[in-house]
Amino acid sequence: MKLAQVMEVLNAKVYTDVPFEDIEINAACGADLMSDALAFGENKGLLLTGLNNPQSVRTAEMMDIRCVIIVRGKEPDEALVKLANEKEIVIMKTDYSMYTSCGLLYAAGLRGGDE
Amino acid sequence: MHNSEGLKLENKNDNSGVEVLKQRYEVSADDFASAGAASAAVKKTLKQLGFSPDFIRRTSIAMYEGEINMVIHGGGGVAEVGISENQVTITLTDEGPGIADINLAMKEGFSTASDTVREMGFGAGMGLPNIKKQSDNLSLISEVGKGTTLVITIAT
Repeated sequence: MKLAQVMEVLNAKVYTDVPFEDIEINAACGADLMSDALAFGENKGLLLTGLNNPQSVRTAEMMDIRCVIIVRGKEPDEALVKLANEKEIVIMKTDYSMYTSCGLLYAAGLRGGDE
Repeated sequence: MHNSEGLKLENKNDNSGVEVLKQRYEVSADDFASAGAASAAVKKTLKQLGFSPDFIRRTSIAMYEGEINMVIHGGGGVAEVGISENQVTITLTDEGPGIADINLAMKEGFSTASDTVREMGFGAGMGLPNIKKQSDNLSLISEVGKGTTLVITIAT
């Protein structure tokens, strides 16, 4: 799935300057605690989280994740967006909850990669 | 800090004939926002040296978890990284409170992290298990009241 479609499905807003529309991702994971995300240890492409601080970007960086989506309508932290621009990681915000966000993306065909 | 210009592996480690690039980072516990900077720097170095994406990702995840542990549990510390053609060895040393029960600390889901640490996104009790999963060898030496030394080896 392309990030342009992810944005559309989640009615999300983009906060970074990184070109994103054509970035292709093949799986996603959702976690508020970063070690739970890091436990996958695979290239998931997309991280959904409620963690609104730079460590969500650091985690994405370590895992080669291209996009972090902040759920539950939290306005992304300024330091988080700054680091994401430096690391060329896309930051989006959606007003949907974690459960609904994951469900919408799953229904649209984006899987977790652990099935 | 290391010099990222013109990186190459040099035989300056010992007399073994193995070429090793050594890096050393001070990890501060005072600035949580910058935690992970050492791991990011090592990741950049490994990319510049042309290691495989899978090896770089395993090394990055293991070191990042270890670095975060030093920040949230160890009161900061020192990360020493030795990079050779076949493996990376990461030695993380802190003078924090130490680990009372190492077997328990290695168990998935066990955590002594505070609510404050959890609010910052850590304390899932997956740090050490994640490091073990990503590494080929793990040595953990800890003494209560003195500190902890974690040596992680990841083979290419």
